Amino acid sequence: MAVLAEVPVEKWVGQVHEVRLGGNGRREVVVGGETTLPFLRFEGALPHPPVVALEVHDREPGDWPPPLSGAWGNALKDPGAWAKKAAQFGAEIICLRLTSAHPEEGDTGADQARRVVETVLGAVDLPLVILGPEVPAKDNEVLVAASEVARGQRVALGPCVEKNYRTIAAACLADGHVAIAKTPIEINLAKQLNILLLDLGLSPDQVLVDPSTGALGYGLEYSYSVMERLRVAGLQGDKMTAMPMINTVGEETWRQKESRAAGGMPPSWGEWEERALLWEEITAIGLLHAGSDIVVLRHPRSVEKVKGAIQALWGK
Amino acid sequence: MPLTGIEIYKHLPKTNCKECGFPTCLAFAMKVAQKTVPVTNCPYLSPEARAALEAAARPPIHLVTIGADKRKIEVGNEVVMFRHEKTFYHPPGIVVRLKDTTPVEELKRRAQEVASYQVERVGMKLGLDGLALENASGDPSALARALEAVDGQGDLPLVLMAGPGALAPVLEKVAPRRPLLYAATRDNWEAMAELALKYKCPLAVAEPSGLEALAGQVEKISQKGVEDIVLDPGARDFASSLVTLTQIRRLALKKNFRPLGHPVITFPGEGAKDQEEEALLAAQQVAKYAGVIVLDRFSPSLAYPLLALRLNIYTDPQKPIQVQPGVYQLGAPKEASPLCVTTNFSLTYFSIAGELESSGFPSWLLVCDTEGLSVLTAWAAGKFDAAKIAKTVKEFKAGETVSHHSLILPGKVAVLKGELEEELPGWQVLVGPPEAMDIGGFLKQHWKN
Repeated sequence: MAVLAEVPVEKWVGQVHEVRLGGNGRREVVVGGETTLPFLRFEGALPHPPVVALEVHDREPGDWPPPLSGAWGNALKDPGAWAKKAAQFGAEIICLRLTSAHPEEGDTGADQARRVVETVLGAVDLPLVILGPEVPAKDNEVLVAASEVARGQRVALGPCVEKNYRTIAAACLADGHVAIAKTPIEINLAKQLNILLLDLGLSPDQVLVDPSTGALGYGLEYSYSVMERLRVAGLQGDKMTAMPMINTVGEETWRQKESRAAGGMPPSWGEWEERALLWEEITAIGLLHAGSDIVVLRHPRSVEKVKGAIQALWGK
Repeated sequence: MPLTGIEIYKHLPKTNCKECGFPTCLAFAMKVAQKTVPVTNCPYLSPEARAALEAAARPPIHLVTIGADKRKIEVGNEVVMFRHEKTFYHPPGIVVRLKDTTPVEELKRRAQEVASYQVERVGMKLGLDGLALENASGDPSALARALEAVDGQGDLPLVLMAGPGALAPVLEKVAPRRPLLYAATRDNWEAMAELALKYKCPLAVAEPSGLEALAGQVEKISQKGVEDIVLDPGARDFASSLVTLTQIRRLALKKNFRPLGHPVITFPGEGAKDQEEEALLAAQQVAKYAGVIVLDRFSPSLAYPLLALRLNIYTDPQKPIQVQPGVYQLGAPKEASPLCVTTNFSLTYFSIAGELESSGFPSWLLVCDTEGLSVLTAWAAGKFDAAKIAKTVKEFKAGETVSHHSLILPGKVAVLKGELEEELPGWQVLVGPPEAMDIGGFLKQHWKN
């Protein structure tokens, strides 16, 4: 009989920072805290499972393909109704996108942001991630407004990027929120931005890292490896890379042609809706194994499937 | 673990006889360590030293070949836990299971469907790798009939799932194709090992009661002389598959534990309640350490994303991935549609292609060969200048593709505008935004059809 060499167990010294969202009467979600690689319960602590968020936009998306928009119907016209439906579909976090503030999508401002954040906060008791239109001046305007309205609710605000993070980080400091630090798929830039945010006075439990998400077939491997490297570095004791990670999976997969193309595709691509759903779900599964703590999805069915996989991985 | 020159030197005769072609034994040892000459070039190597050196040089995970034709599956020989540490070398074979209880005509149809499945991505043709045929009936003649039905449908590599009684008669005929025999169990291992030896086929060893029992089983079979072994540790669900396959790879790589230094076969369909779940479990196994993945359900909409994932994960992270230079269509562009230019670094290409795809403006994208560098890096390295862009415009006859002769330049190389207009008489050069994500807004503002 072979004598089994002892299964090698990594002796990690680091721990991913715990980040809490919600609370104060609102449902609470905590992510992070792990002392080992994703789902490897045999060698470390995994206090909190990764969670699944669904996107809600403050204006009806004009470019969602039918397999996606059809799953939501008229709810897409009303952020409050949309958020309620997302909660029913099993979302653990609502990711509210203030898209209408984009100069080309309506160019709304702080007033609209206040109204819609209030609406969504009132509609559901889930914690919120609130994303600006990714235009620096508008991000600063609407996220500061959102921050004030959501004071005490501990939401996550983003994106903070290298060239525009001070205003948003200051709002997080003032109102007790969490900052989302977004960098373009590069480990050193991710670490650098974390350092800048902590220098401004945020504590490590107030930062989520968005490493930028490459969709399946569109750079997934870059995100996957940068996330594995960030997580390994964090577990090896580098506190500046040990932040929980968030991935905007739905946004990235639903704009690729595999998810959008209605007709004229080769038969080898298979049935449209099935393919588009798997494109979103497989991207999520891949990144969860690389260390994602929050995956932001768009399709309700993906929520069910990805949550099912997380529960199975959790082994409970 | 590869040996160093000094470690190899210890096994050499140390006589500096020069017959190997090197001035000293140490110089020879250094070359052997660099793998530029085989250690067998030393005429005076003792058999013991030779055995020791060969054992040490063996890869920690044995390379196993299934099939004998061009479409064979080669798995194993991996050297790292994470792809960023080096690369993953041998993508898992993805095969589809058929059962001999299925009517013959239906078997033929399904085998043909799997064999002919092909999907194209970034200029590469991707397909499935083989068929698993299970003797679900328990009747040896049914297996033979089913094998006859699927054989000839593309000659894919085979996994034969049957006991020794059913395998022996079919192997007479099919053995030259080196099917994987599945599987040696606690009860039948001696007979299975004999078949594997007699017919020179790789053998799967199934032992679900823990890694120690599996290793023991493998050791007994190795001692019989079977080398090409595939492991089935019996892990079927998300959690146990990840943990078990991680532990097997760690034991092989970090402890050089030979009995588990073999590729692993997985059955995601057995741990899933529907097709989507099977696809997700297979996706995990593509990323985390499977060597052969046996699917129970096949459909193009499942195969395509899995093959795309395998391509992503098994891409060598040490080399920038390049796309083929040329003119790409995003959406269904017409001759009045916008024409953008970019470099052939895949991530650059995918960023801008994704944005154009969702911009609402069907477009043309001209990709220059910059040897896989991104826009700014390529510009700094002199590989993305006005002359190169102009040459690419002419090479791919972009002037005949569009009617307007306007070219949208990445904002990061705005400085090239003047020079490029000189190089391309009759063309108008528009300076686009510096970031790909702003191209949609740019087109909305500046592009009048």
